[in-house]
Amino acid sequence: MALVARGDEGALGELYDRTGRIAYGLAVRVLRDDRLAEDAVQEAFLAVWRSAAGFRAERAKASTWILTLVHRRAVDLVRREERRRTEPLDEEAARLQDASEPTDEAVWLRFERERVQAALKQLPDVQREAIELAYYGGFSQSQLAERLGVPLGTIKSRMFAGLARLREILDEASKEGSWRPELTS
Amino acid sequence: MATGTHELTAGYALDALDSEERRTYEAHLPDCVRCQDELTSFWETADALAIAASGPEPSAGLRGRILADARAEPQVVVPFEPRRRRTVPVLSAVAAVAAVAALGVGLWASQVAGDLDDARAALERERQTAAVLADSTARTVPLEAGEGRLVVGQDGRAVLVLNGLDPAPPGKTYEMWIFEGDEMLPSGLFAGEDGVDIERVDGTVTPGDVVAVTLENEGGVEVSKNEPIVASTPV
Repeated sequence: MALVARGDEGALGELYDRTGRIAYGLAVRVLRDDRLAEDAVQEAFLAVWRSAAGFRAERAKASTWILTLVHRRAVDLVRREERRRTEPLDEEAARLQDASEPTDEAVWLRFERERVQAALKQLPDVQREAIELAYYGGFSQSQLAERLGVPLGTIKSRMFAGLARLREILDEASKEGSWRPELTS
Repeated sequence: MATGTHELTAGYALDALDSEERRTYEAHLPDCVRCQDELTSFWETADALAIAASGPEPSAGLRGRILADARAEPQVVVPFEPRRRRTVPVLSAVAAVAAVAALGVGLWASQVAGDLDDARAALERERQTAAVLADSTARTVPLEAGEGRLVVGQDGRAVLVLNGLDPAPPGKTYEMWIFEGDEMLPSGLFAGEDGVDIERVDGTVTPGDVVAVTLENEGGVEVSKNEPIVASTPV
């Protein structure tokens, strides 16, 4: 982040190399539209570029900021355009695409993706459902309550408990040494 | 602090709160270290969820377009003095995300209207506003009237963040003012929208000044006789 703040375009490029593909994957997952997804990513990087000099993050990292911006924008768009869809992505297609370009980055990303997906599978179904529909589907808590026919308070509790549990599972894995905190470095 | 608000941290980190609750949470956050810590760590968990979503690659041209845009657009350089205030980063991030998300919509709307000058002006305002809100050395000044806060950068640039101000009625506009001693300087107009208003105050705010908002007829006035709806405490 400090490098970006110095006006170093090379640093912006590095930030893109580290975070761009993940940000794009997230945007596509939420928006289901290549062009809108690229717009959201471009906008997030430029927002970071514009105000990098003022954004002094010690704990909230540049990559986290990018992903948060991309996600907020994507969710705003799907809620406005009712573009939201909830069927899972064709994970097999993504895997095949990875296989065709076995760079270090792609290998790491595939490894991490599978690890996080495995962690998600350890959550109770109702917690995983709340998290996935909110984060990937762009549903608000009250929309989820209506859609699933449960009280809003239940959704809030499930989301909180699920996210806290997911964090715990990922932290445990990190202590075992398999978690490369690449994104947050 | 109410457990209920703390529990909203998960929904906030996943962008799943409705706008009312998002506002409640953002108002609560500056005063709650526990929520700040929780949000910081939940955002990292959300990073993991983003990784789990990753699939297709962006087009090869995206990186180049971003760098070209960055080259065409110089950064806002905010004077920076290092400070060790533990609460700042997450609040800066929240403010910056809110600013970019909220103001980006205005920019988009004026581009659709096809008015390039408007779009440029909106972009410039967005940039300045984001810079003030993201400046970790900026001070937050409470309001005496109205709900929200005034954020003042070290260079005297200021941004009003207002919660729950209704949109101005047809034919009316909100007007911002800087009260400098006996002087009353017009400092910009805005229509107001549902949810949070984030407005850059034109001009420079100096210590002792008060920033206020009145409701005026469309087009604004040079001198107002109306009672302020919003007023900051002295800066």
